[in-house]
Amino acid sequence: MLSISHIKKVFNPGTLNEKTAIADLSIEINNGDFVTVIGANGAGKSTLFAAISGDFLTDSGSIVLDGEDITLTPAHERARYIGRLFQDPMKGSAPGMTIEENLALASGKGGWLSVVSKKEKNDFRERLASLDMGLEDRMQQPVGLLSGGQRQAITLLMATFNPPKLLLLDEHTAALDPGTAEKVLALTEEIVRDNKLTCLMITHNMLSALSMGNRTIMMDEGNILYDLSGNEREGLGVSDLTDMFRQSKGRDLDNDRMLFL
Amino acid sequence: MDIVFSLGQTALELGLFSSLTVLALFLSYSMLNVCDLSTDGCFTLGAAVSAVVAISGHPFLSLVAAMLAGVASGFITALLQTKMGVDSLLAGIVVNTGLYSVNIAVMGNSSLLNLNKTQTIFTKLKDALTGSAFAEQYKLIIALAAVAMVVLFLSLFLRTRLGLAIRATGNNPDMVRSSSIDPAFTTIVGLCIANAFTGLSGALLAQSQKSVNIDIGSGMVTVALASLLIGNAFAGRGTVPVRAVGAVCGAILFRVVYTIALRFYMPAFMLKLVSSCIVILAISGPYLRDRYPELARRIKHRKVTVND
Repeated sequence: MLSISHIKKVFNPGTLNEKTAIADLSIEINNGDFVTVIGANGAGKSTLFAAISGDFLTDSGSIVLDGEDITLTPAHERARYIGRLFQDPMKGSAPGMTIEENLALASGKGGWLSVVSKKEKNDFRERLASLDMGLEDRMQQPVGLLSGGQRQAITLLMATFNPPKLLLLDEHTAALDPGTAEKVLALTEEIVRDNKLTCLMITHNMLSALSMGNRTIMMDEGNILYDLSGNEREGLGVSDLTDMFRQSKGRDLDNDRMLFL
Repeated sequence: MDIVFSLGQTALELGLFSSLTVLALFLSYSMLNVCDLSTDGCFTLGAAVSAVVAISGHPFLSLVAAMLAGVASGFITALLQTKMGVDSLLAGIVVNTGLYSVNIAVMGNSSLLNLNKTQTIFTKLKDALTGSAFAEQYKLIIALAAVAMVVLFLSLFLRTRLGLAIRATGNNPDMVRSSSIDPAFTTIVGLCIANAFTGLSGALLAQSQKSVNIDIGSGMVTVALASLLIGNAFAGRGTVPVRAVGAVCGAILFRVVYTIALRFYMPAFMLKLVSSCIVILAISGPYLRDRYPELARRIKHRKVTVND
């Protein structure tokens, strides 16, 4: 499905600020995998997502998605197959445009000069209703008026409007209040399940890292430290994870936002 | 009474001609969030190209040519800022400066062209209307028709997928990219269309006043921006068609106020200072209003400390 082999990315090469963000990283993601990604600050989690999405070209190595080599494909073209959500709920939608206009752009249907049809509007309404937030009655309102949780839910809808081959979630509930975060997380699981999406999710919540999905990878220093799935991952607790990190690195897993509960 | 009517009509006509440039900025400034400083040069380019084509005997083709010249100018401005790493403000300034030479070259090494004996779209309509009740309104008819077409075009165009993508580019380029659309592409298309309107605006003004000089467009970007911001004050929160009509009304209102000020012996050369002040007021006003509580807090605190 997604096969990353030996990618490498060094920021500011040759300067005092030189940083190896990704160091010879390889991973194979299978079709239908729901992988949770954890790691310390600066471990390279977000950089890995940025490399997959095409924010920058990797220095070496290759990225193949569903048999197609996308190593050099521009970001906006990769977006056709890759949906992505950020921690900042403001990032995924245009605040000055209405909910309907945002969805119309995300739906990507029709040619450049096509206009949203009545049928599409009904489709938008149904999908919004499935969020259970009352947004279906506010389709003509600017997205900028919505709360962070509502905007993140809309972004989730937009990113999965045409089911992508790969969904990348970069701590997409971290900026929401706990109640809303739980709701958006449940919504995420539902959409991923219903559309049988392949998904990578960065989380700072160790508990949901183990309880959600079928596979967990732990990153450190731009590489993958542990790749846990199946029996190995079954019955694993949060303390086991931190112990594993300490044993292999000789220091504590350190992340100022990480929840160990 | 006659003079009031005639002045009013002139103000309306001039307002409508410049409102095409205002609509261009509505697209580039309000929608794409690009402040296109090549507007002055592009306005003159449209005037110059249309004059030269009209003189060579093609009054209708002259307007098409002016718009195409605008597209070319907009394309270069857009290319510089999307593909060649030039800052968007600088791209406009650089193109504007370059256009000065281009415009003189277009006018055949001259900084002034006279259209007194040239067949233009205005003389054509004037001849056609001779003897009818609208004989004196030929300028107004053309101006109204052009503005109506551009407003209609924008209202329909900004509802299409491409139009939505252009609006989103000014709003959140990341979101455009994640909708599998290249923001560079939407910026290029948007600036090409906007500058076509600017070119048309210059062409119509030149043909209606039967002359072009190299300074015809100077300060146009500020005048148009002032009009746009006046229009925004009334219709800034409406739907796209309402806001476009608001921009046109802003341009007319600006001209009407200016005409009245002239009647009260304000010298004509003050136009540009007035438009600068309007732009400053419209942009700074809301900013300073939001800052006022902080200012009040500082003053209050200082008083308390001094009294101690």
